[in-house]
Amino acid sequence: MTTALAEERRDARADGAAPPRRRHALDLDDFSRDEITGLLDSADAMRELLRRSIKKAPSLRGKVILTLFLEPSTRTRVSFEQAGKMLSADVINISGSGSSAEKGESLLNTALTLQAMRADLLVVRSPHSGAPYFLARNLDRMGVVNAGDGRHAHPTQALLDLMTMRRSLGDLAGKRVVIVGDALHSRVARSDVFGLRALGASVTLCGPPTLLPLDLLRGGGAGVPAAGIPGVSVEHDLDRAIADADAVIALRIQQERQEAGALPGMREYTRRWQVTEARYRKAKPGALLMHPGPMNEGIEIASSLAHAPGALIEEQVTNGVAVRMALLYQLLTGEREGGEA
Amino acid sequence: MTGERRILSGGDIRRALTRIAHEIVEANKGLDGLLLVGVLRRGAPLARRIAQAVASFEGASVPVGALDINLYRDDLTSRPQPLVRPTELPVSVDGRAVVLVDDVFFTGRTARAALNALMDLGRPRVVQLAALVDRGHHELPICADYVGKNIPTSLGEIVQVRVSEVDGVDEVAVVDRAEAREA
Repeated sequence: MTTALAEERRDARADGAAPPRRRHALDLDDFSRDEITGLLDSADAMRELLRRSIKKAPSLRGKVILTLFLEPSTRTRVSFEQAGKMLSADVINISGSGSSAEKGESLLNTALTLQAMRADLLVVRSPHSGAPYFLARNLDRMGVVNAGDGRHAHPTQALLDLMTMRRSLGDLAGKRVVIVGDALHSRVARSDVFGLRALGASVTLCGPPTLLPLDLLRGGGAGVPAAGIPGVSVEHDLDRAIADADAVIALRIQQERQEAGALPGMREYTRRWQVTEARYRKAKPGALLMHPGPMNEGIEIASSLAHAPGALIEEQVTNGVAVRMALLYQLLTGEREGGEA
Repeated sequence: MTGERRILSGGDIRRALTRIAHEIVEANKGLDGLLLVGVLRRGAPLARRIAQAVASFEGASVPVGALDINLYRDDLTSRPQPLVRPTELPVSVDGRAVVLVDDVFFTGRTARAALNALMDLGRPRVVQLAALVDRGHHELPICADYVGKNIPTSLGEIVQVRVSEVDGVDEVAVVDRAEAREA
């Protein structure tokens, strides 16, 4: 059997080498352009499976995926669960309330317990920035996927944003993307910036000066060069920022993460930074309009735009399942170096 | 240092595919309900060429699709990870006579995966298998209905089918496994 396997590797010959073996997916800042492109190609193939009447393939049969969500979520949790189930993995969902976290068990002890049950992958969402990194450092068998940690990173959201943009715009190199809203508290914005830069797009962050992540622009944040990230600029005036943009991503105003005084009044915010029809018309014809959800319609995005043609918000949700299938496939298949597979 | 042995030239491949095309039409008594499905990656261009041959002597076209079988492999955790490519079928497989087309028929495990992948897409009336090369060493009770060339090989060898659409050249070569690893 082992000798026969080598022949079956023939497609590895000219079909592009396998991407580097990765155990965790924590943020896009350590993903190369090739790795992201490979994942998006694979996600495009996964979308075909979503259109079938039998939406299931056996590739992750016998793999156990746990989702541990310590913050509310509909789309991300369901999306991971659906992605895992479509590839035939067993998916077990754990929420903060009702688990031993309520009895005061530490996050690490919870994770070690789950690892001891021989789960293969832990998908974790935490209100604390860095929590998935801490787990990844301390788990020797189980992989970790960051499904959003505090205000830090949300790599699978960024991947689905990239997939959505790439499917409409083609190669993203040289494209200009405007991210408008509370980028300071937005893990989506941070991961989007790393992903868009890896694919060669430029990014304009737009929003109130108090809500922009200065560490990304001037340097100093985790994974950010001292001079800031090249290709990322700031424009506080949305009318100017949006002019000739290829894509606009509106961010959710995160009431739950606001410190006093940082957010101007809702009325002022809406007047200056809401993506309205008049503003959207200033972008390039056919410019994409996206939102990571859940939307506050009438605050960061005009209700009339949210479901208009050109808005890709539901498309993003579909792509989210496909891109998570591609990521789970990448993390859970392929040769394992030695030991317990 | 023995190099590689070329088993089939571009002309040999063309003649073998033309013969397979005739055999498929004869066995199925025409083109009615026929669907050619190439197994990605190199089966797909071969299926298209068989369809072209059929079109040239029957004067009518046969639908052709491409099937990715990587999600159905039985060795996903024991080999480097294969890239998944989109499956594209122009028509439903329901009620069709589906001819799977692959470049090399070896252990039969790819054919097994292709059968499972196909059944997840619907219920074909009949499934047949065409392979450009049958190199022996079958490990499953599956055999090909149409074979371009039988090539006896040892397990220490690799059969490489090269097609111009993917590799820039049409030929079939037998390569020593150790040398292939160095290359």
